[in-house]
Amino acid sequence: MSTALRSPTETPAPAAQPPSANGKVFAVTSGKGGVGKTFVSANLACALAKRGLRVLVLDADLGLANLDVVLNLYPKVTLHDVFMGKAKLEEAIVKAPGGFSVILAGSGMVEYSRLTPTVRDDFMRIVDGLVPHYDVILLDTGAGISDVVLFAVSLASEVLVIATPEPTSLADAYATIKVLAGQQKRRVLRMIINQTARLGDGRAITTQLQQVLDRFVVTEPGRGVRLIHVGDIPSDPSVSQAIMRRQLLMMKAPGCPAGLAIAQLAAKVEETVMSRAA
Amino acid sequence: MTSSASSPLIDVRELRLGDARALLGHSGAIDLPDPALAPLAYLQGLIDGLCNLSLKDPLTGLANRRHFNAVLEREIAVVARSGESTLLLLLDIDHFKKVNDTYGHAAGDRVLQVVAKCLGDCVRPNDTVVRYGGEEFAVILPDCQVSFGRVVAERMRKMIESLSINVAPMVDINVTISVGGAYAPEWVRSTAAIWTERADAELYRAKASGRNRVCIDQQEVMAVSVEEKNMLFGHLTQDNPAWIESVPANLADTDSDSDNTPASAYINASGSTPGSPSGNTFGSVAQRLNS
Repeated sequence: MSTALRSPTETPAPAAQPPSANGKVFAVTSGKGGVGKTFVSANLACALAKRGLRVLVLDADLGLANLDVVLNLYPKVTLHDVFMGKAKLEEAIVKAPGGFSVILAGSGMVEYSRLTPTVRDDFMRIVDGLVPHYDVILLDTGAGISDVVLFAVSLASEVLVIATPEPTSLADAYATIKVLAGQQKRRVLRMIINQTARLGDGRAITTQLQQVLDRFVVTEPGRGVRLIHVGDIPSDPSVSQAIMRRQLLMMKAPGCPAGLAIAQLAAKVEETVMSRAA
Repeated sequence: MTSSASSPLIDVRELRLGDARALLGHSGAIDLPDPALAPLAYLQGLIDGLCNLSLKDPLTGLANRRHFNAVLEREIAVVARSGESTLLLLLDIDHFKKVNDTYGHAAGDRVLQVVAKCLGDCVRPNDTVVRYGGEEFAVILPDCQVSFGRVVAERMRKMIESLSINVAPMVDINVTISVGGAYAPEWVRSTAAIWTERADAELYRAKASGRNRVCIDQQEVMAVSVEEKNMLFGHLTQDNPAWIESVPANLADTDSDSDNTPASAYINASGSTPGSPSGNTFGSVAQRLNS
């Protein structure tokens, strides 16, 4: 029988699949909590879906997930069930109101806030399994620089760092960027500045962050971290209204300043995806 | 035809295995069973032999680049799951071209073989020593604690340095190596390309800083210093955030009460923000007013 043929023992096992190098998996992260990660993830997904892309948002904030709260969705099958082996991955994919798909973390994920090798394996396999079916995948990660967050970010080919102009948010965004540069050797990170007061603030903030990085985080000459300023989302009363009503801004008030800004962000993200696919 | 359909075995005599057989024969003694008596074992032996050949560098007997790539991919996946520290070393013989130019290529080959043997003797059985290309070698050391990586690399460097290599009758030469190393990023998924690139950058550093030395990529301490925070938003306390400096609003504001505030006061106040246009603008306004 041909199955009796084995490979010699010193032949290495088949290589693991490389990280999603195709530029379509975006981690949405921030140093500080409450800067609008989940808001940006959900509305960006909606804006991308309006551009005709197949989008999935994965609630990768295993400890304290709240994408379900933002989207007002309470599905029967969640990521928790997939992890537990109770359900297949496809069963956990839910249609969100904005024309995109989501996988919600679900309750009971607290036990996964500690990252064991099994959780890593599951997590990797899930993301790899999703990649062929979507044009863009957004990983809505938790705040901070815990090992769960860093691992989730490492599954993405691109990183969107969300920050607000507040000093605490900037300090935490900076720490996140520094850790990602050091631990994951990220060379390019994309910035979105939320709740800006004036036009141009976001770019100035990104420039400021870049200057500090150039001074303190350049490991080798010419090998520093480069921040790309994707865009700003201006402070806008429509945003808090939409959040309080648990509606997507991009559905209820797409023409408001924040909505227009998110639409522009989506165009930039699509550009990135397309340039990588080419 | 009916007999082959009923038998689960391929008839070995129908396969054209002459080339494979010859290839294995050239590469050294290989014990293959009689194909007529044990066809399955014969086939298995051939396949194992060919796999072996395809993973080895013929000159040094070390693993080749193909084997290296497979091991590196596997290790980076292991490190992502286990958080084990795995070290990649890239080693390059210093001034190897001189050996070739002075003593000929046969001498060069001899040096490569001796160095390869020595590197192989320096490592554990589960480490992989590779002929990376030309006079460049690589060693993958799985589960190698950070504090020991440099010790291992230094041991290799010293062993090579102490070798006396006979390249011709009555001619013994010494060579040195430069070593660059990097640990795989732990607990995160990364790529073999980034890993190799980092080790290569360290090798370059070792070469540039005088050769015959070891440079290993240090995992930096992840902390944000007071200096960094100050540079990040220290100017906020001076009521002049960098990201609103472009807004002409404060110019308009100060215009109204410029009578009781000298322009020089503004220049001083904004002095800590390099490149801030407000000071310059004000200076030129003051100059114009004076002239």
